[in-house]
Amino acid sequence: MIIATLIFVISFALLLQFFVSYCRSVIASSRKAELSERVCEVAGIRDQRVRGEEFARLTQLLHLCPGRGDDVGELRAVSVYYALLAATKKVVHPVSAAVARWAEDERESCSYFAAVALDRRISYSRELLAQQITGSI
Amino acid sequence: MDLGPIDYLLWLIGFFAEVAVVVCSLKRRNFLRYLPINLYVGFTALVSLSEFYCLRRFGFASMEYNYLYYYSDSLLTILLFFVVIHFYQHLFVEMNVSTHIGAFAIFLLFGTAVFSYQVIAQHKDHLTTRFVVDLSRNLYFVGVVLTYVLWGAVLKLRETRTRLIQLVLALGVYFTASAATYALRNMFPVLEPSILKWMPPIVAIWLPLAWAFTFMKVSEADRLETAQLLARAR
Repeated sequence: MIIATLIFVISFALLLQFFVSYCRSVIASSRKAELSERVCEVAGIRDQRVRGEEFARLTQLLHLCPGRGDDVGELRAVSVYYALLAATKKVVHPVSAAVARWAEDERESCSYFAAVALDRRISYSRELLAQQITGSI
Repeated sequence: MDLGPIDYLLWLIGFFAEVAVVVCSLKRRNFLRYLPINLYVGFTALVSLSEFYCLRRFGFASMEYNYLYYYSDSLLTILLFFVVIHFYQHLFVEMNVSTHIGAFAIFLLFGTAVFSYQVIAQHKDHLTTRFVVDLSRNLYFVGVVLTYVLWGAVLKLRETRTRLIQLVLALGVYFTASAATYALRNMFPVLEPSILKWMPPIVAIWLPLAWAFTFMKVSEADRLETAQLLARAR
């Protein structure tokens, strides 16, 4: 029983580690994208800097905007990662300021990822609209 | 043992995911580049078919099914071991140590075989079967350790090849989820008939599904630009 519990705890920690690595790789791939003026205007973003707490608002905007559906899995994973970071920040903040700061940096990256996804969806919607207008003419 | 509709569904999903890995890598013209993966997944699909046939023809408790299960499992474990070694060769490709890694893999395989033989040598009956089962178990353990070391190397070297990262990540998740399932089944045997009996086939589906997804969605040229590099660039 003790061995089984130990194996379970270690595997859970490893799965968590793999999940965090995956989310960080997903977020890192979005960091190279520059946000367009359009999305900055819509989401109220200044100087290409997105704050951590803006994630919830950005995901709400994402739900309002139609997309190709190819980013749903990644968005879900990053949302879970964001919730984990928020919990970590709350728990760790009184104990370690450095870890809390790291969690906040990661939360900002999550928000930036959401902003990039929103940007893509806005472009897609505009393309659709342009196609419909061209078609009706 | 009778198979229910969920068993058939899981078996079908797994089988088609295995076929999808080979088809996707052929379509992307990566079959030879990732030959060990394709061999492993292709053989897994063949073994699934054979086991299905054997189960229907001879039954779950038959000698035929048992022999097929243990011998094919041993073969698949050896192939999976070479998949892990193949990832090492990909990771260290720029260091030109491919030959050394290959030699190390053969040494490790031979060492594990000798160790397995020494453990079961005193048994006079069913020596080959015992050896096959023991070799499979020990090699699986070696594969798990090598995968975690490989993942450590991927993180330490700040590897940026997205496809390689996702392939290794999928394998790591597979091994870890298998271990977690084993632990849960030992911790909560009461849950075995209702929930936990579905865990091993679901975990087995994960690996071909994740690899098929990677071959389909991630191209060989895709790179992760790490946050550090970007910070430096800005």
